[in-house]
Amino acid sequence: MPTTITLSVNGRPVTRTVESRTLLVQLLREHLGLTGTHVGCDTCQCGACVVHLNGRSVKSCAVLAVQADGAEVATIEGLAAADGTLHPMQEAFRKHHGLQCGFCTPGMVMSAIDLVRRHPTPTERQVRTELEGNLCRCTGYHNIVRAVLSGAETMRGAGDPGAAAAAD
Amino acid sequence: MYAFEYHRPTSLDEAVSLMVNAEDGALLAGGQTLIPTLKQRLAQPSDVIDLAAVPGLTGITQDGNELIVGAMTTHAEVAASDLVRATIPALAELAGQVGDAQVRNRGTLGGSIANNDPAADYPAALVALGAVIKTNRRTVAADDFFTGMFETVLDTEEVVVSVRFPKPQRAAYCKFPNPASRYAIVGVFVARNGPTVRVAVTGAGQSVFRLPELEARLAARFSPDALANVMVAADGLNDDLHASADYRAHLITVMAKRAVAAASGSPAD
Repeated sequence: MPTTITLSVNGRPVTRTVESRTLLVQLLREHLGLTGTHVGCDTCQCGACVVHLNGRSVKSCAVLAVQADGAEVATIEGLAAADGTLHPMQEAFRKHHGLQCGFCTPGMVMSAIDLVRRHPTPTERQVRTELEGNLCRCTGYHNIVRAVLSGAETMRGAGDPGAAAAAD
Repeated sequence: MYAFEYHRPTSLDEAVSLMVNAEDGALLAGGQTLIPTLKQRLAQPSDVIDLAAVPGLTGITQDGNELIVGAMTTHAEVAASDLVRATIPALAELAGQVGDAQVRNRGTLGGSIANNDPAADYPAALVALGAVIKTNRRTVAADDFFTGMFETVLDTEEVVVSVRFPKPQRAAYCKFPNPASRYAIVGVFVARNGPTVRVAVTGAGQSVFRLPELEARLAARFSPDALANVMVAADGLNDDLHASADYRAHLITVMAKRAVAAASGSPAD
């Protein structure tokens, strides 16, 4: 039975009518056109679809859209400033070449930001452990870890756009 | 995914009544097993009843020498809880090893134990710590709760409300995870309370089980050395593409020694 849900996506209120079985990732990609959130597997293992749900990183392919009724969702599209300035974590991935094909990158960046908000000064080991849910098939983990450590440093210094919204 | 009716009840009574009236209802907690299962069309419930809006199912409190953890408390909350870290650190450590960070942000204690995956982590903690499960109808000791592969004593219209964990003197959990799924190939939880030692094993059998021989040896001497030369029988252990029964039997002793070492602060061999 279709259900009408209202949620906040990247700070904007959104109301849509969805089927009970519609996944959050389908709502984002197919209903809202936010295709920055990727689908890399069918088994909830790859982490390409990670978004923030009420400030915490989740796999949007393992959440029903109806479960997000009333929630705040943040996707990769919501990270950069209005003038195009990248979020410090995005900038760190660019600077350290934390990607090869780029398919896993949106999920990596969203997981990394949640990681740094919980562990502002992560060790390399913590970064590797915390990224267990994000698979990179180009085997580019070394630069991804470097990027996350560097992004964490910038987030500590220059601040974290969106952190206040996540804490609400 | 097959179609279903979605419900978000706002009281325990309403959730139970929805389950009673559903043709084939499924309770949704964190959804980290149920939703992947639905996506693969391995289940076709008529109704999915989401417990997210039912009050009183989350939170961690202390009652004397016991911790009470609400069924809808996430693994991430248990792992990060100062109260759990101070009272039963092994439980926080275990919760921090379930799945990955995103699974821990959604997955719940109640969902994990009601599902009773043979390789899930929590059943080992509940059995080794002698936890008591509270449902909407009764309380059940962990020893009686887990009855088989994906089977528990729960009736269809029964909902886990909370779990009460007695604080042990010493405890530790050690697991050998499958590197892809991070489920336990073998996980051993060891808990000591005075003269009593309980050893619970997950991942190795159809469901969590205890090892009386290891418990007796550790009760006599709580040291990894007490398990030297102990061979666990491979009969009846899981044997699959991830690990043979013999390998799992070997891992049980190794993980038990490491858990005892971690619990007692003495080095493992």
